[in-house]
Amino acid sequence: MLAKVFVTLREGVLDPQGKAIHHATTTIGYQGITEIRQGKYFEITFDDSLDKAQAQEQLEKLAHDVLSNPVIEDYEIQLSAD
Amino acid sequence: MKFGVVVFPGSNCDHDTYHVISKVIGQPVDFIWHKQESIEGFDAVILPGGFSYGDYLRSGAIARFSPVMQAIKRFASDGGLVLGICNGFQILCESGLLPGALLRNRDQKFICEHVNVRVEHTETPFTSAYSADQVLRVPIAHGDGNYFCDDATLRELESNQQILFRYSDAKGEISESANPNGSLNNIAGVCNRERNVLGLMPHPERAAEDVLGSHDGLAMFHSMTVALREKLKSK
Repeated sequence: MLAKVFVTLREGVLDPQGKAIHHATTTIGYQGITEIRQGKYFEITFDDSLDKAQAQEQLEKLAHDVLSNPVIEDYEIQLSAD
Repeated sequence: MKFGVVVFPGSNCDHDTYHVISKVIGQPVDFIWHKQESIEGFDAVILPGGFSYGDYLRSGAIARFSPVMQAIKRFASDGGLVLGICNGFQILCESGLLPGALLRNRDQKFICEHVNVRVEHTETPFTSAYSADQVLRVPIAHGDGNYFCDDATLRELESNQQILFRYSDAKGEISESANPNGSLNNIAGVCNRERNVLGLMPHPERAAEDVLGSHDGLAMFHSMTVALREKLKSK
């Protein structure tokens, strides 16, 4: 079972890296981009000992307590069906 | 009286801190390995600067799960003195011992230079040997030093007088141009409500001898020594 976790900076939190990337894209000619925000992406693989609900429960805790810092970041979890 | 300096994999200011305590202020000090589950026998604990666990995930994010951090949390809640310098500050924020978080510097660059920092409050075990509004010349060396917290927390920090250090100019004026990393309200260091846990980005241990160009950081270690002496006397 494979899970994907996306961690992004909360709205209103300055993202200097995203800003620098955005600045570079406009310099090299990309148009129409108003903002770029950089985040983190995790792939988490589970063995067969857990069912989907158990995995989901663990993921919520993992994403909240470890993968993100709730002071500055939000997270989104995607757990595949198979 | 015994100071402890915590060593995480990737700490690199542990020996500087140890040196200042043992040789400059002449107090007993020992290293505490991050796998230790007990810190019994220590009266103050310092989390030094460095790059614990390579700053993987987020600065301080993995160090916070070290066994020693559970012991430090209990120590802090019992009123023990805990000082976090630079990466130590990041670890204290990640562990929830201090409010807020340290983001990437506003200008993305790793900054390694001497800055001016104004002492905001002196009624704490870390700043009693300073005078109010004193301007210190101390080095910073960090990539993630941009202090951030939400508005409610910021109001609380201000009204409880928990902001102990702010980036300023040489005259002690607080301005955006004196803010090296984009920190909210020029915050360079905050303590907890109970005033026994302090975290700051500048390095007092690198400004504790004249040969290093400044001894402005020394009074922090003297303040702690005085506080510990009084505490041990009253025991």
